[in-house]
Amino acid sequence: MTGSIAALGAGLAVIGAGIGIGQIGGKAMEGISRQPEAAGKIQTAMIIAAALVEGVALFGVIVALLGNK
Amino acid sequence: MELVTPEWGLVAWTTITFLILLVLLKAFAWKPIMSAINDREKSIEDALLKAEAAKEEMSRLTGENESLIKQARAERDLILHEAKKVKDQMIADAKEIAHKEGARMIELARVEINNQKAIAMADVKNQVATLSIQIAEKLLQKQLEDQKSQDELVAQLLKEVKL
Amino acid sequence: MDFSHILNSKKITLSVVLSIFSLLFTYKAFAVQEQKTQEIAVESKEAEKFDPSATILEHIGDSHYFHVGGHIAFPLPVILYTNKGLEIFSSEQFEEGEKVYQGKYYKYALIKDKIKAVTGEDKTIDESAGLIDFSITKNVASMWMSVLLLFIIFFSVASAYKKREGKAPKGLQSLLEPVILFIRDDVALPNIGYKYQRFMPLLLTVFFFILINNLIGMVPFFPGGSNVTGNIAVTFVLAVITLIVVNVNGNKYYWKHIFAPDVPFWLYPIMWVVELAGIISKPFALMVRLFANIMAGHVIVIALISLIFIFQTLGIAPVSVAFTLFIDVLELLVAFLQAFIFTMLMALFIGSAVEEHHH
Repeated sequence: MTGSIAALGAGLAVIGAGIGIGQIGGKAMEGISRQPEAAGKIQTAMIIAAALVEGVALFGVIVALLGNK
Repeated sequence: MELVTPEWGLVAWTTITFLILLVLLKAFAWKPIMSAINDREKSIEDALLKAEAAKEEMSRLTGENESLIKQARAERDLILHEAKKVKDQMIADAKEIAHKEGARMIELARVEINNQKAIAMADVKNQVATLSIQIAEKLLQKQLEDQKSQDELVAQLLKEVKL
Repeated sequence: MDFSHILNSKKITLSVVLSIFSLLFTYKAFAVQEQKTQEIAVESKEAEKFDPSATILEHIGDSHYFHVGGHIAFPLPVILYTNKGLEIFSSEQFEEGEKVYQGKYYKYALIKDKIKAVTGEDKTIDESAGLIDFSITKNVASMWMSVLLLFIIFFSVASAYKKREGKAPKGLQSLLEPVILFIRDDVALPNIGYKYQRFMPLLLTVFFFILINNLIGMVPFFPGGSNVTGNIAVTFVLAVITLIVVNVNGNKYYWKHIFAPDVPFWLYPIMWVVELAGIISKPFALMVRLFANIMAGHVIVIALISLIFIFQTLGIAPVSVAFTLFIDVLELLVAFLQAFIFTMLMALFIGSAVEEHHH
């Protein structure tokens, strides 16, 4: 039972990260299409931002793993 | 839970391994690699700078050469011009001298000719005079052999004289 | 690099896809089951009642044996620190975890792949031993092999640089030089600034250490198959190194920003708590990110393979293999991406610590 609840928690955390990273990716695409010459810089910034968002989601996953057993 | 609990044995071994890796790679890999890359970049940059400098030097030299050639050409022209002038001068001088000399010689010749002519004339005059006198003497002797002709002459002469 | 959002969403989409095609195959599985069960039952006892989560945990966890394939496994040396002294013996003594080994000081047994001091044959755990396991486990052995590989690669590259001084790179050298230059020009230089040279060896070592362990971890058989960077102990060490490097190199602006930020003084206590939490949470995030990404990759691959055993049919194998291939290709990208992100964020944190002016 706790395992399933932990899995739900992990899933919820991943939803948040998915939305966040989706936003970042989408906006980065917009930015690149608007300014293709800045693609390199935008990509680097995008990866960093995505990594930070993902980090928060992974905290959630880790907490879920902690609660797993 | 078990998954996210670090095992201390693995932590210790990872620390040791990573530090050894860091130290050895730093000493024997990163140092030579980075310095080689930096050196190469520097040498490439130097080479580029040198090429640029050489190019500049080249263009400078070319310019210099060109100006030298121009100068030389101008000098040559000048020399030629001068030489021509000198030549002309010389020719002119020579001509003048020759002219003068010729004139002088002509003058001399004329003077000589005149002299000779004068001498010859004088001679001729003398001879003519002598001859005339002789002729006249003879003529007079002949004409005035008789009294009558003498008288006639005197009369004629007297007639001619108008007072 | 630019598809990281897809990489992360895979964790969501994959579970959806998985559930859909497992639904599709459930009824087919029943049809084939009867013929297959007999064959599988002969093969091993566990196959009768296959527990995927146990298999997954076993594969992503550490082990005292190095499995080559099938039932062939190398025993690895066991080094135990007890309160009475050091114990060194081979993991062969456990005979696949069946037997209790009588050491010099205590009796030891393998319980769930972990060595425990026990009181007797009934495997009751003896807590008084103060046991710390310093064994050369599968992860340690695998890590040493990748380190050896790194030494071979980079010493040969370094000698190539010495031999071909001033010349254009060639072979392995020309493969790695762009990567090294990438770390220098796109990771270290923009994030750290002109002081980058001091941190280059660390950044390069971290990058290649993570990368090679990620890549070797993807090889499903010996000498790969272990989950080095997907083990929290390894990422913990890397994160602690980051924490130490960042805070040892922090200049006065960095510390001023933490202890005397531009806020009213009565807010200082709150700011201190927040900033100290920030100091810890940055490397903590690094640790968790690398660990979770690599572990998730391994989990998904084994989960996909496990489907064959869950449904006990070979009919699912092509799908399972195709998906595994897809995930493996994705993991190849993740291996590079995570090594890059770890190095990048490390450079970013170091950069924020050595920056001259904060405002």
